[in-house]
Amino acid sequence: MTTRTVQGRRLVAGSASGPVLALREPLSFWGGVDPVSGIVIEPRHPDVGRSVAGQVLAMPAARGSSSSSSVLAELLRIGRGPAAIVLGEADEILVVGALAAAELYGAVCPIVLVGPAAYAVVAAWPATAIATDGTLTSG
Amino acid sequence: MDVPAHLELTDDQARAVAGDQGPGVQRAMRIIVGLARASGAARLIPIGRAHVDGVLYHGQASQDFADWFTSVDARVAVPTTLNVAALDLLHPWLFRGDEAEANTGRRLVDAYLALGCQPTMTCAPYQDRDRPGLGEDVAWAESNAIVFVNSVLGARTARYGDFSDIAAAVAGWVPDAGLHRPEARLAELVVELDPDTEDWLTEESGVGALGVIVGRLAAGRVAAIVGLPDATTEDALKALGAGAASSGSVAMFHAVGLTPEAPTLEAAVAPDREPTRIRIDVGAIRSALASLATVPDGPIDAVALGTPHFSVGEFGRLRTLLADEPGPLRVELTVNTSRAVLSEITESGWLDELAAAGVVVVTDTCTYLSPTLMRNPTGITMTNSAKWAYYAPGNLDARVVYGSMRDCVASAKAGRVIRART
Repeated sequence: MTTRTVQGRRLVAGSASGPVLALREPLSFWGGVDPVSGIVIEPRHPDVGRSVAGQVLAMPAARGSSSSSSVLAELLRIGRGPAAIVLGEADEILVVGALAAAELYGAVCPIVLVGPAAYAVVAAWPATAIATDGTLTSG
Repeated sequence: MDVPAHLELTDDQARAVAGDQGPGVQRAMRIIVGLARASGAARLIPIGRAHVDGVLYHGQASQDFADWFTSVDARVAVPTTLNVAALDLLHPWLFRGDEAEANTGRRLVDAYLALGCQPTMTCAPYQDRDRPGLGEDVAWAESNAIVFVNSVLGARTARYGDFSDIAAAVAGWVPDAGLHRPEARLAELVVELDPDTEDWLTEESGVGALGVIVGRLAAGRVAAIVGLPDATTEDALKALGAGAASSGSVAMFHAVGLTPEAPTLEAAVAPDREPTRIRIDVGAIRSALASLATVPDGPIDAVALGTPHFSVGEFGRLRTLLADEPGPLRVELTVNTSRAVLSEITESGWLDELAAAGVVVVTDTCTYLSPTLMRNPTGITMTNSAKWAYYAPGNLDARVVYGSMRDCVASAKAGRVIRART
């Protein structure tokens, strides 16, 4: 039986839906995502060249610089940010980037923690909807 | 605003959330409570000081967040130091970028100064005489500073970064979470060094390479390192932490017998959990050293030292090395440092000596952050910093070779890579 829903823990509140972009490796937004285009630019990353804009970005884990908060907020400011972020492991740096963008620009970018096992489930979905209680539904 | 059910606020904190301490504190508390919601913290704890990295410009959002506080006349609640900016404010002529970019960088610094932050402009605030002590809770940003303050000083900080750093400084409170919690500071990974690594670990470049290995192995876990030489200096531990924080999300390590929370291995690991154990031999160190180079040994165009910012002790070693090695510098040699260290070496006369030898001292920023600070940033640069070697190829399009400070000086005088040993 295919799992159609996953209960996540809300790190940043909000609802969103969109196609799932599941990153195959952890990514640092700073140095890893172009703050003007939203495209993954880290040359060694397997998803280099793909855009995070409007995607439900599924990340096994975040990585690297604490300046990633700024890059996420800047992307949300110009409307090139992800629609939502689904994490396998908690990350406070992305959380504060989304919180700042919400305060400054009213941008909605919910962040949901699902844990490593459920992460693999969500990563295989083509698209997902995230409800305000942190429930993720396939398609 | 909503306060999550798991978070119990004191009366003072609840009043700050309600706005009784003014709009600046109220705004800061919105971010701090939001972070507490994400971490599941049960309470907020006071901090003694803060170190803010948000002063480096990453886009309009950087300025907007600072202005969100300045527009309501917010002030920091605790002594707050600033990390590096985008340009050298003391030596603006070193910035070869356009004027608009320089002004953008300056305006952001001005906003943070208006909030009451101190213009320290350094990524190594732990080199100040007045620094956090064992068990003190602080809110520090900048990955190398976070790992140093936790590991070497035994003060306690979670991983703060842009926005959360200044929010913590204005609020004066942070979630009781992450490395503020004693149990989170115990090692889950034990890294045992073979005795044959010792020769390589007497140089900061070798210790920095070990840091890169630890970062890759540990990811975000706390590691306890067993077998570092007794004579390992603070400067070497700085290199270790900076390397580990570049290749992983390392925010703390223990060096058994050297760092304050690890008098013994038993003291540093969780009593109820069997840690993962990994041995590191000389082959692993040598391969990490090699992995930090992007080009083979040969001619070089520059030498970059001081990432993280040089200490007075490191300037002393540089001075000796320059005097011992005959001949003039053939390539540009830059050293990043803080204003405080610059003023010490100015008073002692070392700066004049270094300038006469052709050394370029950069303050307030770092050569890997901006392609405008070196004459030939895309050339081949030799560095003794694992962090510079890690980030400069992406940031500057630089080509890098890696070696000890001794090798860097000899190479700067030869115009090509010279190594005391291979």
